[in-house]
Amino acid sequence: MSKSEKFIHPYIPNSVPEIREEMLKEIGVNSVEELLTTIPKKLRFAKSLNLPKYSLTEDKLRRHIEKIFSKNKTCKDYLNFLGAGCWQHIVPVVVDEIISRAEFLTAYASNTYSDLGKWQAFFEFQSMMGELLEMDVVSPPIFDWGSAASFAIRMASRLTGRKEVLISKTIGPERFLTIKTFCKGLVSSIEIKMLDYDPDNGLIDLYDLKRKISTKTAAVYFENPSYLGLIESQGEEISKITHNSGAECIVGVDPISLGLLKPPVEYGADVACGEIQSLGIHMNYGGGVGGFIASNDDAKYVTEYPLHLVSITETKRKGEFGFGYCTFDRTLYMAREKGKDFTGTFVGLWTIAAAVYLALMGPKGIMEIGDVIIKKSHYAAKLLSEIKGIRVPFSPHFFKEFVVNFDETNKSVHQVNKMLLDHGIFGGKDISSEFSDLGKSALYCVTEVHSNEEILELVNVLEGVIK
Amino acid sequence: MREAIELKEYHAHAWNEPIIMEMGHKGERGFIIPKLEGEIEKATDDATHYIPKKILRKKMPKLPELSQPHVLRHYLRLSQQTLGMALNIDIGMGTCTMKYSPIINEELIKLPQLTDIHPYQDEITVQGILEIMYEFATIIKEISGMDEFTFQPGGGAHGIYTNASIIRKYHEVNRELGKRNEIITTLFSHPADAACPATAGFKIITLYPDPETGLPDIEALKSAVSNRTAGLMITNPEDTGIFNHMIDEFVAVIHEAGGLCSYDQANSNALFGIARAKEAGFDVCHFNIHKAFSSPHGCMGPACGVVGVKRELAEFLPIPVIIFDGSKYHLDYDRPNSIGKVRQFLGNVETIVRAYAWVLGMGAEGLMKVSETSVINTNYLIKKMLTIPGVIMAYPKQKIRLDQVRFSLEKLKEDTGVGTDDVSRRIVDFGVQEYFTSHHPWVVPEPFLPEPCETYSKNDIDYWVAVIRHICKEAYENPVLVKTAPHNQSISKINEKHLNDPKKWAMTWRAYIRKTRGKMKNNRNS
Repeated sequence: MSKSEKFIHPYIPNSVPEIREEMLKEIGVNSVEELLTTIPKKLRFAKSLNLPKYSLTEDKLRRHIEKIFSKNKTCKDYLNFLGAGCWQHIVPVVVDEIISRAEFLTAYASNTYSDLGKWQAFFEFQSMMGELLEMDVVSPPIFDWGSAASFAIRMASRLTGRKEVLISKTIGPERFLTIKTFCKGLVSSIEIKMLDYDPDNGLIDLYDLKRKISTKTAAVYFENPSYLGLIESQGEEISKITHNSGAECIVGVDPISLGLLKPPVEYGADVACGEIQSLGIHMNYGGGVGGFIASNDDAKYVTEYPLHLVSITETKRKGEFGFGYCTFDRTLYMAREKGKDFTGTFVGLWTIAAAVYLALMGPKGIMEIGDVIIKKSHYAAKLLSEIKGIRVPFSPHFFKEFVVNFDETNKSVHQVNKMLLDHGIFGGKDISSEFSDLGKSALYCVTEVHSNEEILELVNVLEGVIK
Repeated sequence: MREAIELKEYHAHAWNEPIIMEMGHKGERGFIIPKLEGEIEKATDDATHYIPKKILRKKMPKLPELSQPHVLRHYLRLSQQTLGMALNIDIGMGTCTMKYSPIINEELIKLPQLTDIHPYQDEITVQGILEIMYEFATIIKEISGMDEFTFQPGGGAHGIYTNASIIRKYHEVNRELGKRNEIITTLFSHPADAACPATAGFKIITLYPDPETGLPDIEALKSAVSNRTAGLMITNPEDTGIFNHMIDEFVAVIHEAGGLCSYDQANSNALFGIARAKEAGFDVCHFNIHKAFSSPHGCMGPACGVVGVKRELAEFLPIPVIIFDGSKYHLDYDRPNSIGKVRQFLGNVETIVRAYAWVLGMGAEGLMKVSETSVINTNYLIKKMLTIPGVIMAYPKQKIRLDQVRFSLEKLKEDTGVGTDDVSRRIVDFGVQEYFTSHHPWVVPEPFLPEPCETYSKNDIDYWVAVIRHICKEAYENPVLVKTAPHNQSISKINEKHLNDPKKWAMTWRAYIRKTRGKMKNNRNS
């Protein structure tokens, strides 16, 4: 027996040679090679994989990864003011405790009987988001906000039979690129037209909206707060104009703002979407994101969702709840290419995380956190704007994020951020090329994690570096 | 002689847990937000000052109010009512590769060097994570033979959609986009291989399996291709465990017609070191990191459908791509022919860290052992299953299967009226996760599709077979028992009609209350 044949791996019970032999005998073959003859020789990989031959033990593996990881500087080592779609918020320890449970961590796609808890947690996520959004239908989140917005726009196109979408220029650039991919077809795509914003306050230019909207418009999409952190106060006017043209009004939100801000439905949105990462999920270098879609409980909308929707239902026993996918026939699983777009594995574990987070926060917590964030971010913006050479162009209505302009300094944002880095600070995201009309600008994010001392440190260091 | 296997007397947790919306008590709270420091309080106005009046929320959201121990208790109970892979013999879920997710990898992804890094940090401060991603790309290049990778897609279907977008871009650059508008797939490829290219704008042609071999017919492929062919999107082995031994010829037919070939490698667990996308001639492929590469399924994600392409197509990958200049890792955005983005940031990075750790924890030798064991387990399972009255294997002439196998309970249904959905609902009464029947349409009647990957021992497989044997026996002796299952689960059989009835379905508690107003009984206790 060769060394390799004798190799027993702790994750592979049947790597014990005697068991292998016994099983091969039962199958009626002499070797595994005999079974692999089902793959023609010309398609077989003739060599051995050019990878480390032997497995690392648990201890060596841990040391190896920890050593590589030590090259990362974290937002705990450094003071972080980056946001732009992935935000540093407090993650309550109970959230991590629950999503670390092997039951949740290792379950997958089973139905309501053996996975009842998973289904109930999904339904509770939908229910709590439904309260935040004041909407009756909420999907479990898909890959991220950008893909959720993309699917929402495609829904609107099918609902209206129209092939044009108007999108506010203050959308997140990565979300915009995602939407662009999803709107593309072969000869016929959903055409994207951009809506200007008012250079004074960063809000949507209603005149431009009126000029561009037509009977070709399937949907108007804007974000509130916008990528630039600005609170769009003209929601009612926008949805009115949108509806007058027979289009759908889609609004993207950061749900952590909804303790303070009106839910989009109250200013006329037909469909809401947004990001759940702010609700108790670690940043994970951008791996913590997930995007939901929500609407009213109208069959016209429900049957256009590409995503799974978890519905509560009754069972044979009185007083007992069960769950299942609502109108499953519309998904690719039943209808293949005739289904509504596509769905698949989404972000189930993050769905549960967000449910636990919302349950912990409750109505008071979600209002308080909004309050703390808006005050801290305005406090930081105010102090920054007092630095000579620095401007905060779009006051006073923003939430969590704000634009900081460096035009009156002799440094680029890139240079400023490099210098901040030397002081252990991750400065705001450089948006000088994304939003070239805003000049040398950065997008700063301040949340409940930032202390007064840390904000003052930023101010002091910035003052020094732009001199 | 078969040894008798005693089945466990099992009952799932039945906490009869209320929906969280009706739990707790006014005023309770589960978490405290850090208070504002006095300086900030003093220097700022009331929040209403910063919010235009017409957009200020007036009604408090009706979230539940619970103390922390009660939130913990509730979700712990829900977790207990979820039969994760780690707790059971989870070999029923064909195509899903329900393998062991090493605990060590869970520890690693909880380190702050991953959880607390931001995707827009300066490259110099994230060299560690970039190194892991780059190194994992190197590994998966070797495993597949492809030349460049992206980790952006958040799941298998998303990876397939990315591949469809790459094919679209390729023809666009070649000025053939409008002309080449057809994607060919097969019925036993995942339905996403049809739905995702359709979402990208393509017309879909589906090749049906030959009734004898279970494989798509190359003659049918030849008559389907034309100058309208944009590409082929196909699984191999297909969702039957049967390896298409002519796959390279399929690829050649498509290439000759000017199309690209995309390999859905969701079913790759039996192929490590054994067969690769490159040797079969594919242009693009995707793997499910949450399947063969052990990242836990997480109750449906976060996942990763990592996409690899040949060098000629690398320019189309979504931005950014991680590159290495010999000393530092960089994010390369300067790719003018890129398809753009399919989601924000770089993907579900935690799944990549786990996959990297998993491969190192296996070694080349271990990977080979994974695949060999997967094949042995599958063929051993077949041998055992075919001794059960009522169970037949689809396409029996194909004696060898790789990672999974499609069975049929057509005979059982004819004999007893008990079908595959009934058996799947009954199997959970024995503490074994339900099985995956199959994607639709069911060209194999009453199908099911187990995948006994390397995680499961001979005894596990024997036990699983014993459960199926027992249920089939029940079907002949007491079919009502099976048809009314489950009996030992957290809940009893659900009313499925409600799920499709606009008057009854409810995706939120508020909708449920609205639709059942007056009929509600609110007498449960927490």
